[in-house]
Amino acid sequence: MTLPMAATERRTRTEPLLDVRDLTVTYRSGKDPVYAARGVDISLAAGETLGMAGESGSGKTTVAMSLLRLLPAETTVTGEIRFRGEDLLEANWGRMRAVRWAEASVVFQGAMSALNPVQTVGDQIVEPILLHEKVGEKAATARARDLLDSVGVPSRRVTSYPHELSGGQRQRVMMAMALACDPDLVIADEPTTALDVIVQAQILSLLTELVRERGISLIMISHDLSVLASTCDRIAVMYAGRLVETGPSYDVIGAPLHPYSRALAGAFPTLGDPTSRLAPGGLAGDPPDLREQIDGCPFAPRCPEVEDRCRSGRIPLVAQGDRAAACVHVTGYEQAVGHG
Amino acid sequence: MTVGVKLEAPTVSGPAEGSERSDFWPYLARKVGAALVSFFMLLVVGFVIFSLMPADPVSALTRGRPTSEAQMTHLRHELGLDQPLWERFLTFVGHTVTGNLGYSYEYHQPVSTLIADRLWPTLLLMGTSTLISIWLGMWLGIRAGWRAGSTLDRSASAVSLALWSVPTFWLGLILLVVFGSGTVAGIPAIFPAGGMETHGTAGGLNPQHILDVGWHLVLPCLTLVAVIFAQYVTIMRSSIIDERGNPYLMTARAKGLRDEVVRRRHAVPNALLPTVTVIFLQIGAMIGGAITVEVVYSWPGLGYLTFTALRIPDLQLLEGTFIIFSAAVIVCNLIADLLYRALDPRVRRQ
Amino acid sequence: MTTTPTPPPDLRAADGVPIEEKAPSRWVPVGRFTMSVLRMPSGFVGVLVLVMFIGLAVLAPLFIHPSDLSVTQASGPLLAPPQKGYPLGTDQAGRSVLDLVIWGSRTSLAIGILATFGTMLLGAGIGLVAGHYEGRPGRFLMHVTDWFIALPSLPLAIALAAVIGQGATSITIAIVVTSWTATARLVRAQTLAVEARPFVERARALGATDNQLIMRQILPNVMPLILVSSTLTVAGAILAEATLTFLGLGDPTSVSWGSMLNNAFMQGAVTAGAWWYLIPPGVAILVIVLGFTLVGRAVEHVLNARVQAR
Repeated sequence: MTLPMAATERRTRTEPLLDVRDLTVTYRSGKDPVYAARGVDISLAAGETLGMAGESGSGKTTVAMSLLRLLPAETTVTGEIRFRGEDLLEANWGRMRAVRWAEASVVFQGAMSALNPVQTVGDQIVEPILLHEKVGEKAATARARDLLDSVGVPSRRVTSYPHELSGGQRQRVMMAMALACDPDLVIADEPTTALDVIVQAQILSLLTELVRERGISLIMISHDLSVLASTCDRIAVMYAGRLVETGPSYDVIGAPLHPYSRALAGAFPTLGDPTSRLAPGGLAGDPPDLREQIDGCPFAPRCPEVEDRCRSGRIPLVAQGDRAAACVHVTGYEQAVGHG
Repeated sequence: MTVGVKLEAPTVSGPAEGSERSDFWPYLARKVGAALVSFFMLLVVGFVIFSLMPADPVSALTRGRPTSEAQMTHLRHELGLDQPLWERFLTFVGHTVTGNLGYSYEYHQPVSTLIADRLWPTLLLMGTSTLISIWLGMWLGIRAGWRAGSTLDRSASAVSLALWSVPTFWLGLILLVVFGSGTVAGIPAIFPAGGMETHGTAGGLNPQHILDVGWHLVLPCLTLVAVIFAQYVTIMRSSIIDERGNPYLMTARAKGLRDEVVRRRHAVPNALLPTVTVIFLQIGAMIGGAITVEVVYSWPGLGYLTFTALRIPDLQLLEGTFIIFSAAVIVCNLIADLLYRALDPRVRRQ
Repeated sequence: MTTTPTPPPDLRAADGVPIEEKAPSRWVPVGRFTMSVLRMPSGFVGVLVLVMFIGLAVLAPLFIHPSDLSVTQASGPLLAPPQKGYPLGTDQAGRSVLDLVIWGSRTSLAIGILATFGTMLLGAGIGLVAGHYEGRPGRFLMHVTDWFIALPSLPLAIALAAVIGQGATSITIAIVVTSWTATARLVRAQTLAVEARPFVERARALGATDNQLIMRQILPNVMPLILVSSTLTVAGAILAEATLTFLGLGDPTSVSWGSMLNNAFMQGAVTAGAWWYLIPPGVAILVIVLGFTLVGRAVEHVLNARVQAR
């Protein structure tokens, strides 16, 4: 039985594990194209955790699903998705299927419906192992039991069906499943939505621990900034399909550069901080319709600091040390635009 | 942000396992009880139709035969027609559950004997047709539903619609005239013009007999399959379409499984659950088709027996076949219920 | 669903616009509706087929003479293939098959439509009552419906027709008794759905009697569904009539598609290879059933589109 790769082994690699450049995703809903993601750049080092924040429809799930090309066939995905140097968008399907799960896996949200109701939990964990590795069923089942143990589910549950487990247990099973083939990257899509607060905290700490132990990179998607703050090294904020801010999580939440991040950070009471509950910063208005090509900053209609120059042209991400934000108010905007 | 902190100890145990098995017996008892009630209601309906409605069964029976008043009175007494209604009903119920389904005046045999004789050919015909239809229907339905809107899907739907709109017996007649009479467009009579066996062949399980019956079975089976397989295509197709939207298929795809494997190992088993039960429920719908096919091909089964009973009409025989057919449907519905529970791990829990 | 009177609900939405102040327009403008149906290819073909068949059936007496249909007076060659003067050949009595098919449509359509009318009456009636009086009576009716469904239709139809005696009446009754359950279920479901809507609650709160509720609020909204259901029921009824007549339960003297096939079968057209006698009635049935089915689907489609547009 192969042991999970040690954290140190993973971290010695110096080039970024994931390098996404200018990712653009266009859906076809009926006759109108929907511009779900525009020009997104993401970089993730080995062992790093990245949180993707934004409201529903911001494109965060779209971007995450596009990494493994899990979007429907009619979707157009352009740009580059370099995973360990290899552009996955250029890969053929055989290679894609080999990468899936074995090198990058997904923890889906809503574990009740993301698990096959008529297969035992054990079978579902064993399935990718048998597919991607040359091990026998017995060895695979033994590994499934170990995995269940490591996520805090009694290993005898290997013969249980999903409906026989509680919501928290099912989420743990999803995590065990995601780790089955010892991937280098795990994408967790809203792993704690629909769980109550105590279970949520347990799941998050478990996820952080597992990922750190094995040196796995994690991309976590959530609309809940506080969840991301406690789990991730870096945060990327998305709005209307565009990346509007990236940076270390404490910086992005503590001193956000982009007006949208500011609103987002203000909207959620911080866990453990009673005063923040009393001053939620809600935002008036709605996100823009993604069927339209937006000129200028997509946040302009709702921005409290909007200026004329925000409404036209492309507002690029401006770097500030290890942070970046796509806003005209960021120091260094003029220089960046001048050079561009 | 979720609100509402639940003050439970942070354990990771879930609902108790093993509770499913003990629920089975009450479930079984309930379903069997319901089936018995249905059977009782069936007897009521049968009694109403055959004993209450006919103006005078005796005159119907003796139509065309010179009978004196005394003989008719005697016949009435023998048939118990002079007893009060509820007594007649009780006698009827008693007889039926003990297997006495009356006496056929036309065939001069007990109805139950006649039915027992003709049961096997009907089972053979319906059984073979069902198996073939299921296989064909599922094969086509799965593929049509997996790629809904494709050419395969649309042609399958068109064919299904056309076949539903065709009277079964007419299809049988056409097939019979084309392939069984040797008189159309120079096509020789490849298949027999009816019946189940060639006259004079020795019965029993010898290969020659089996082949002979098989050869006679082809056209009737083909006719029945043509009409009923469309049902299974529709059912399987909708089940698959329902499953396609489910997130666990995305999980399966994300694991790196190929499309066919996702379909076969994940979608189909889930889609099969409703399909299996519907298959049994469909058997009731198939009985009509089986009757007409038997008539067209002179297939010596229960359907043909019913048809011949119509001529007089031999009410006792008709009543007997009616009860048998309806009871069969009740049993199939019961099997469908039990099967669903046995197959679906979720339903077992209740 | 409760039948206790609730205080009149506040019928204005947050911005002051009244919602569902009166019951939606009772009778969907027929002209617009027909146009929508005709615009769909399935609807167009279906309506065309139906108009042709029904037209021919109604006009038949104008060009078919009783002597053409009489077994004794027919003058054509016996069981002859299509030839000059007899485009579809003749039957065993020398009658033109074409004449028979056209004349037969009258009986088949008449019984089909009559039986459907009866089915709708019975089924919709039971469905409405079961849906409206949801407590004991409703549940009882549903139980009755459910075990009626369990009875296999052809054996039941045969039993009824045999007992009542040969003829069009018994066939019609048999079809009604075996088809009402589907309609009852549909109508009941729709009644429940309609009853849950605000304008019904309002009418009830204002003191409408059950009768008024049913006639003025519920029935008009269930009618479209009944319409769709009836077109599909006619298709089934025609098939059922053909089958029952083929089995010998119809009136032996009248001509219908089923009786033509019965004659053909009983009198050896099969062994004689008289395909011209066997094919036309079946094709006629096929085409008209398709016609009704297509129209039914088109109507359903148009109605669904309207519901969604609301």
